[in-house]
Amino acid sequence: MELNQTEMPVYEALQQMKRERIVPFDVPGHKHGKANLELTEFLGEKCMSVDVNSMKPLDNLCHPISVIKRAQQLAADAFKAANAFFMVGGTTSAVQTMILATCKEGDKIIMPRNVHRSAINALILSGAIPVYVNPDSDKRLGISLGMSVSEVEKAIEENPDAKAVMVNNPTYYGICSDIRSITQLAHRHGMKLLADEAHGTHFYFDEELPMAAMEAGADFASVSMHKSGGSLTQSSILLTGQGVNPDYVRQIINLTQTTSGSYLLLSSLDMSRKNLALNGREIFERVRALAKYARDEINSIGDYYAYCREIINHDSIYDFDVTKLSVNTFDVGLAGIEVYDLLRDEYDIQIEFGDIGNILAYISVGDREREIERLASALAEIRRRFKKDKKGMFDHEYINPKVVMSPKNAFFNDKRQVELNEAKGCVCGEFVMCYPPGIPILAPGEIITQEILDYIRYAKEKGCFMTGTEDIEIKKINIVTGQ
Amino acid sequence: MELWFTERHTSDVKFSIKVDKQLFSAQSDFQRIDVFDSKEFGRFLTLDGYMMLTERDEFIYHEMIVHVPMAVHQSVKNVLVIGAGDGGVIRELTKYPAIENIDMVEIDELVVEVCKKYLPLTSCRLDDERVNIIYQDGLKYVRTRENEYDLIIVDSTDPFGPGEGLFTKEFYGNCYKALKEDGIIVNQHESPFYQEDALAMQRAHKRIVESFGISKVYQAHIPTYPSGHWLFGFSSKKYHPTKDFDAAAWNMLGIKTKYYNTRLHVGAFALPSYVEELLRDVE
Repeated sequence: MELNQTEMPVYEALQQMKRERIVPFDVPGHKHGKANLELTEFLGEKCMSVDVNSMKPLDNLCHPISVIKRAQQLAADAFKAANAFFMVGGTTSAVQTMILATCKEGDKIIMPRNVHRSAINALILSGAIPVYVNPDSDKRLGISLGMSVSEVEKAIEENPDAKAVMVNNPTYYGICSDIRSITQLAHRHGMKLLADEAHGTHFYFDEELPMAAMEAGADFASVSMHKSGGSLTQSSILLTGQGVNPDYVRQIINLTQTTSGSYLLLSSLDMSRKNLALNGREIFERVRALAKYARDEINSIGDYYAYCREIINHDSIYDFDVTKLSVNTFDVGLAGIEVYDLLRDEYDIQIEFGDIGNILAYISVGDREREIERLASALAEIRRRFKKDKKGMFDHEYINPKVVMSPKNAFFNDKRQVELNEAKGCVCGEFVMCYPPGIPILAPGEIITQEILDYIRYAKEKGCFMTGTEDIEIKKINIVTGQ
Repeated sequence: MELWFTERHTSDVKFSIKVDKQLFSAQSDFQRIDVFDSKEFGRFLTLDGYMMLTERDEFIYHEMIVHVPMAVHQSVKNVLVIGAGDGGVIRELTKYPAIENIDMVEIDELVVEVCKKYLPLTSCRLDDERVNIIYQDGLKYVRTRENEYDLIIVDSTDPFGPGEGLFTKEFYGNCYKALKEDGIIVNQHESPFYQEDALAMQRAHKRIVESFGISKVYQAHIPTYPSGHWLFGFSSKKYHPTKDFDAAAWNMLGIKTKYYNTRLHVGAFALPSYVEELLRDVE
């Protein structure tokens, strides 16, 4: 069925509601903004007037039968999926839904260790057991890569009872695994393929970019429309393939999702979907060109390494997302997080994140060459003023986690807070991570090793924003004391 | 019929000039460019609706941005000019026979074309053989230069729009690198009077003070700019603008000026108390 992608059912229903000048005797109590003038002055009357509750002409996110249903069908069509679900709890809720819909208590799920915290959070909720595949890591760049097909195959052979395989498509840094082969492999063994596409929305609208999960035959994909798709923060879409029962997925979503879905978020999904369907190709062609320009300029400064498709190795780096501007700072003698701080504090430039060895600047169609020039100039200045000997820089190695307990069991177990340096050899009862990128250094149920403690100390020293522990200062850590 | 050009100086203040006729209007890749004729101010150029120059008072700006550093540094040979598409800065620079090379980096080629056609008063020396015009973002150009120039003149638009990059710390830092060890940089430094302009002025000053050992500010009266009270920045690695200034040597050159003179040079660095305070706040 060919749908008309110029339609925007949620948007149109909201416009119609405004024309009808309905008198609101329902929530929200701000009554189109009239009850909170300061907020209305700040956000604008237009915005407040469509911050409304579900009502007959606007459908209901929990049980869509009219305009939301239609908008979701249009989204499914645009993304070439069997079904699409609008999510208002971020891509986090989409990731949790994929896992809860496929894994019950005690079921195994095969995933790379560099998943986002939301995936491991979902394991805490479902009681599923992670089987980690070592994502290859690149010593020069100091980052975890994708999963090689042979590693996934090995994990499947060792765990034939696993229910699902999860793939980052791509990673935060833009690195893709061979998602088509991994999908075929999973399906041959009766496993579902779940794709975390928080950083891959644009793959669906530009054939020059790596393969999108739905095209590869995946069963689920969580796409962050609010990242490269242009919708409002916190809005996201869950896509499902032919072999997935959409009504069961809806039930799972309704376990945790609000019953008061925001129409600001929903309309932003609807309108962004239309924009992507009609103009996506052009938009991402422009973004690709801008990112290339930025990489060329940054690489000409010296010492910085803005990497691209040359790092592809047809295995753990099967493909690379050229819209990502990841820059390795190792040869400048500065940690990525130090460059991130300098850009912010000295040059008024906010980038997406800095980790131990890299920075990531987010490029979108809203950028112009002159903003890219500011970034390049500031990086040149940072090199001139702050370059250091790279001796003593942390040599990142993949730390193979030792999972001794299910994340759920560890998280809800009896725990005790101890000083970080006393935690060696204990079972971790919570997360430790730098945010962003939000990839756990430690997850519940894993053994705390000296290697990991050294890494945490180094990351803190360099100024990484650490999070995850109950102790807000990250000086103490919860260890599991029960069984 | 009455036709008026109006520029908003603040949300509550407007400045208007009665227009005789509009000569040119176009949108370039960077900005909207307009040229008008008026009785009081003669021909004038606006970019994105902001006054850039009028034939009547442009001499003040151009003389003050060029002759002040030229009277301090006695042997300027290689000059970089950023912006200045109207050619006014170039006209003043070409009065110095000792200057050997002038690189002019302007982002918008159309501005130069339009000025050549409609504003010969300022663009008259753009064809001087010492002048090389490079159409590029000034920030990008200066990033690749090192230890080359005796003088950099930044004749930019306001820090909102295409000129924004020329008010940043990365720009001033790159200029520092592009200058020789006794080099001077002079920049258009906004106005201290209206609050929004004063904030932009302070911000620029803070950024430049962080980059150069000597950073002073001087003033001039420019009737068609917001409030009429305008500032310039003088920064250097070595020279102080009044202590290292040689009035006799400059007067020997015999350059004819309408606004600048060597007595005014010293006086221009004496600032009103409230301006001194604004500057001190960010130093």
